[in-house]
Amino acid sequence: MDPEIFEMENADIAWCPGCGDFLILKALKQALADLELGPEKLVLVSGIGQAGKLPHYLKSNVFNGLHGRSLSPATGIKASNPDMVVIDVSGDGCMYGEGGNHFMHTIRRNPDITNIVLNNMVYGLTKGQASPTSQIDFKTPFQVDGVFEEPFNPLAVAITLGASFVARTFAGDIPHMVEVLKKAIEHKGYSLVDIFQPCVTFNKVNTFTWFKENTYLMDDTHNPYLKIEALKRALEGNDGEGKFPLGIFYIKKGHPTFEENLSVYKKDKTPLFRRKVDKNKLKNLIDSKRGL
Amino acid sequence: MSMIKLEEDVSLVLCGEAGQGIQSVENIMVQALKMGGYHVFSTKEYMSRVRGGQNSTQIRASSKRVKAYRDRIDILVALSKGAIPHLEKRITENTLILGDEEVLQDLEEKYYNLLKAPFISKAKKLGGLIFSNVIAAGALSCIMGVDKEIFDELITLLFASKGEKILENDLKAGVEGYDIGKKILDSGRISIKIEKNPATGKEILINGTQAVGLGCISGGCKFISAYPMTPSSPLQVFMADNASEFEMVFEQAEDEIAALNMALGASYAGARAMTATSGSGFALMQEGVGLAGMIETPVVIYIAQRPGPAVGLPTRTAQEDLNLALYSGPGEFPRIIFAPGNFKDALELSHKSFNLAEKYQIPVFILSDQYMADIYYNLPSLDIEKLEVEDYIFETDTDYKRYLFTPDGISPRGIPGYGQGLVCVDSDEHDEEGHITEDLNLRTRMVDKRLKKMDKIRKEAVPGEFFSTSNSSAYTTLIMGWGSTYWPLKEALLEMDNDNLALLHLKQLYPLSSQAGELIKKAKKSVMFENNAQGQMAQLIQKETDLKIDHKVLKYNGMPFSVEEILAVLETLEEE
Ligand SMILES: Cc1ncc(C[n+]2csc(CCOP(=O)(O)OP(=O)(O)O)c2C)c(N)n1
Ligand code: SF4
Repeated sequence: MDPEIFEMENADIAWCPGCGDFLILKALKQALADLELGPEKLVLVSGIGQAGKLPHYLKSNVFNGLHGRSLSPATGIKASNPDMVVIDVSGDGCMYGEGGNHFMHTIRRNPDITNIVLNNMVYGLTKGQASPTSQIDFKTPFQVDGVFEEPFNPLAVAITLGASFVARTFAGDIPHMVEVLKKAIEHKGYSLVDIFQPCVTFNKVNTFTWFKENTYLMDDTHNPYLKIEALKRALEGNDGEGKFPLGIFYIKKGHPTFEENLSVYKKDKTPLFRRKVDKNKLKNLIDSKRGL
Repeated sequence: MSMIKLEEDVSLVLCGEAGQGIQSVENIMVQALKMGGYHVFSTKEYMSRVRGGQNSTQIRASSKRVKAYRDRIDILVALSKGAIPHLEKRITENTLILGDEEVLQDLEEKYYNLLKAPFISKAKKLGGLIFSNVIAAGALSCIMGVDKEIFDELITLLFASKGEKILENDLKAGVEGYDIGKKILDSGRISIKIEKNPATGKEILINGTQAVGLGCISGGCKFISAYPMTPSSPLQVFMADNASEFEMVFEQAEDEIAALNMALGASYAGARAMTATSGSGFALMQEGVGLAGMIETPVVIYIAQRPGPAVGLPTRTAQEDLNLALYSGPGEFPRIIFAPGNFKDALELSHKSFNLAEKYQIPVFILSDQYMADIYYNLPSLDIEKLEVEDYIFETDTDYKRYLFTPDGISPRGIPGYGQGLVCVDSDEHDEEGHITEDLNLRTRMVDKRLKKMDKIRKEAVPGEFFSTSNSSAYTTLIMGWGSTYWPLKEALLEMDNDNLALLHLKQLYPLSSQAGELIKKAKKSVMFENNAQGQMAQLIQKETDLKIDHKVLKYNGMPFSVEEILAVLETLEEE
């Protein structure tokens, strides 16, 4: 499949020139094309923010909802029609800040959706405030003395909570992004792909160069099926020590998905919108209230 | 110490501490009385605690249909010392109080009509306080003339699952109860005459929650995500219980915010979806109500009201969240608010909520409350024959536009995965295709498109129920109420039997049917009864019709209006 198929001819893209988001958009189109997943099969769900606009720039079904809430509709969509491929695209503020509670509980629920977080360590759309992943000492118009809160570690949290697929990649490396995204989308169950994304306008610290210098690709010695190993890797790069690893950190196999656990789909995979009300059953239910 | 003669309509009240099983007595008694050939009604009031406190249940049994809460207590079964002070205001010299020696010992016979009945001491002998509820139920069933076989059958049905030993003891407790009952009858202190009608035995016995739940299922509900909160939890339980049988998904969300957003995702994907909550929980959902408005995605929101603000009185009743539902969500967009007052309305309006939500692609509210959710009464049946699920989903083609401009503002609704088109919805202002826009002309047109739907919605508004004993419109005073005040108001009006009075019970609160204004204009005096402190519905009527309601009767202590309270108000109105 040609990635052109996802082209939105008249889209008025609101991203700044040079933003990492363009590269992520390109990689996502490539990954979907490689997997032969056409626009009709796809639902892109997002929240609010620069990252959250991505679904408007990729031809597909779109649910662009509220700030921080994207995982909830994504779960509802997948649970109502498991035939659809559901991909959630959000920013770090949207997902880990406003949406923190949903992030945590969606992992526990394990719906078969792919959660892509464009992590630029800053709030783009609202003009440069700190995000939960902003690094210590990062100065912003709100954090005038610099950030002093511990940065949120999405990968470590996801692994600890038993997410079934956890990965990180970098907007500056398209082939790597495509590879990781494909594996994540193919994975059955919740998958988190955190993507380091330089914001050229509001984050003058974590630039393309900074990410290149402060990350490294994990090699074959990393076994993604071992939780403790995955957790150790996820902790690397924190506290300003060492570099941030890129690649697939953790895969949990055979973990039943949310949809698989729902009794409606145990015998019959029909999406909910095609199911009718059985009036005879309803009459029986009413009659059961007649007593003994 | 007079002899109490009860005819036609008996009000039994049981009162004890939480954990003493008052709830089980209610379950046994309503069934036993109905099976025994009486019309029954029950309502409970309880404290927000798992042990202790004072909880009570009123059970009315009658030869006629009874469906409303009354203050009157004919027989009070006191299972705790706190019971009598708790119900002090409702006890008169015509109340026969039954209880153990220790419960009654400090009470003076000249103020109270007391009769010793060893519920607790017998229970202790059987192995625990918990049996006191079955003993009390047995005694009352005996007094009321319910066949022992029916009683035993019920006990077996209710307790068989708890194991042979427990069942055996409960059956023994029943025997003790009937024994006590016989002694009470033999004492000559009470005589009861109610005509029996075996037909009631075959009628259905449900509560307000179940009536709503049946309506939701019949409306094609396929997805419910919710977060527990009294008094909406019983509906959540009902839907969860029936999820498998009726091919629905039930999910306990992590919070109310997720609950509504998840339901909106499900609805976007074509599943008829709902959520259920109460005031404080709904406060959290408001953001999602705005989303439903903006993305024009159907959803049904059940709000079982309780007193606020904040967490208020968790287990009590109120009608305080009308304004919250009416104004919830940022911006301006259409919505519908229903408030069923009886079980038939609860079924039909809940059903209709789903059809209208789909038809207009809007949020539709079902406003209930603790009183409505928890009352039980029998009725011949619920007719679902005419309740059809209307299909408003279109198969899309390649140039499908989710927000196509149409004369009535309703765009054909497609869903992803059905047809050739792509379905894009956006919480930002958007163009016809559903893509984000900051074109201010388009913005105005989109607001107009959404609000335009109100024209049709208004025309279709469900009129309220008009009632007068004379069946004529020659009334001078128009009594009004909404939601759960329906039966108390109606019973009071029937009792007044005064041709000057008429009742308008509102079922659709917003938008209001034009009928309301017409009926109010005809009256010399209009009176609104509401369980809130500000007369929210009266204010809404004024806003919608420009008519001022003359008199507001407001109660907001957490208890429903009793028939007697309403009668007292109606009598003073007459004198004015
Ligand atoms: C409930 C709510 N609060 C605040 C906002 C304002 N807001 C819009 S985007 C945003 C932050 C976005 O940051 P991030 O998710 O990191 O995305 P980015 O713009 O950096 O891609 C905020 C706070 C909002 N839309 N909704
Ligand atoms: S503000 Fe930052 S994240 Fe947003 S588009 Fe510009 S560069 Fe990209």
